[in-house]
Amino acid sequence: MTRLVNVPLYRVAHGRTGDKGNRSNISVIAWNPEVWSALQEQVTVEAVARQFAHRRPAKVTRYLLPQLCAMNFVIDEVLDGGVNDALNLDSHGKTLSYHLLDMNIALPEELAKRYAREN
Amino acid sequence: MNETGPLRIACAAGFSGDRTDAAEPLVRELRARGDGGFLVFETLAERTLALAQLARRIDPGAGFEPLLRDMLRPVLKECVESGIRIIGNFGAANPRAAGQAVVALARELGVRVPRVAIVSGDDLLQSNLLHKVSSTGGEQDQGEVVSANAYIGARAIAGALREGADVVVCGRIADPSLVVGPAIAHFGLSEDDLDMLAAATMTGHLLECGAQVTGGYFADGVDKHVPDLDRVGYPIAELWPDGRCVISKPPDTGGRIDRHTVIEQLLYEVHDPAAYVTPDVVADLSRVSVKELGANVVEVAGFRGQQRPATLKVNICRARGWLAEGEISYAGPTAESRARLAADILRKRLPGLAPLRVDLIGVASVFGDDGNDYLARLAPGDARDLRLRVAAFHRERSQATLLAREVTALYTCGPAGGGGIRTAVTQRLSTHACFIPREEVAELFSFLEAKP
Repeated sequence: MTRLVNVPLYRVAHGRTGDKGNRSNISVIAWNPEVWSALQEQVTVEAVARQFAHRRPAKVTRYLLPQLCAMNFVIDEVLDGGVNDALNLDSHGKTLSYHLLDMNIALPEELAKRYAREN
Repeated sequence: MNETGPLRIACAAGFSGDRTDAAEPLVRELRARGDGGFLVFETLAERTLALAQLARRIDPGAGFEPLLRDMLRPVLKECVESGIRIIGNFGAANPRAAGQAVVALARELGVRVPRVAIVSGDDLLQSNLLHKVSSTGGEQDQGEVVSANAYIGARAIAGALREGADVVVCGRIADPSLVVGPAIAHFGLSEDDLDMLAAATMTGHLLECGAQVTGGYFADGVDKHVPDLDRVGYPIAELWPDGRCVISKPPDTGGRIDRHTVIEQLLYEVHDPAAYVTPDVVADLSRVSVKELGANVVEVAGFRGQQRPATLKVNICRARGWLAEGEISYAGPTAESRARLAADILRKRLPGLAPLRVDLIGVASVFGDDGNDYLARLAPGDARDLRLRVAAFHRERSQATLLAREVTALYTCGPAGGGGIRTAVTQRLSTHACFIPREEVAELFSFLEAKP
């Protein structure tokens, strides 16, 4: 039985946030195709909705671009109104990519060794 | 006049507030690669246009990009003399005045006065078309309309270029149209060349944020390494007749272009990758390939296009009210307790501004929600260097200002050791997106008559 180890998503993937009105889009792009299937299985609509629960999004949609090992999340009603309405310092929500990348994913131990940080 | 060589186009600005020294290396590199070429400047975000409209009310000669001269001064002479044409939405709320500023700058630099075309049609207040939009948003926001602009496309830009414009000055256009216009002129594209229009649109999308595709907004100081961000090179695109887009940057500049920086920009502000809607085409980027051709050279291919929509997107801005913000710092032992105590005091002093948004910068700020749910879930801790920020909105400026006054009063009435108070009360402009039938909007260009 392969042992699974938690690795923070930002070690395994990168991404960027965009905003339009009260809607945020966040890309999640694998550093290497070897982690793509784990990303597909674990970085799901449900997982992202949980990560952003405190922002009460109306809807989370995930688009896959498998040939690029990339996914695009569209999160609706998550910006407290958007750039002109929110009271947030970051009313665009630009910093939110790192909130998503803060999630943990579980990788087989051998694979995790290449991504986990040595402390 | 349909070219078989590539369209060569560079972007020297990705937003109003971007660096103004990116153009010189781009112009040098465009010249090194051959004749012709285009240089674009994207300086109009959603709110920028409304702010420009307000500026124009105060001063009829204002309302265009304030840094226009700074952006063009280093390269205008070289562009005019070498045939590199300039296109920008730096006209904002006053394209005519921007065009006149370009002419004045040319005279100041002693260069032949360029043929300047002004694009119009986007300003729905000016053309009295507000009643034709799908909804004005007046139900939610009683504030007066400050600006109403349709996102027009590339048609007028292409027309102006075909008639010999050296500089094309636009107000609100769809950002990718800065590239689609030159592509239409260069390749002689028709409205039915959907795949090429899609390729040109997505080329524009890759370029329109400047350094965001060449290593800007990418580094993390740990593993995502980008060399020399202080001199990051801005992007040059070559769009080929078969729809391939090759992104590169000038030599001897900082930055990084690889599949990772390119895919981050490719998906930026995209929702469904199979349907990226613009006034010129609906682009499908869901099946593109991204290939590194060499160091800092990446090719993207496989864009597909669908028929453009029958409507144009419209952005209506209203003067909604006032945002009040106040901040105070606490440091050392008990800093977090003091900050939380100050927040309690302010909540009690400002019942008319409830619910106050509370941030403990250094502990919980930008990830939190306006309802303070995120903060409420955090157990109080021992942070030793943090900044309390409170924020609220009110329709009336005098009410919003109460927040600034109460934060200031913490100097004598608040917890111990607080310092560094800053407050701000700024005008809030709301934006409302709606639609207008395409046939209602006349997308036009006209040449500025240069005075002899």
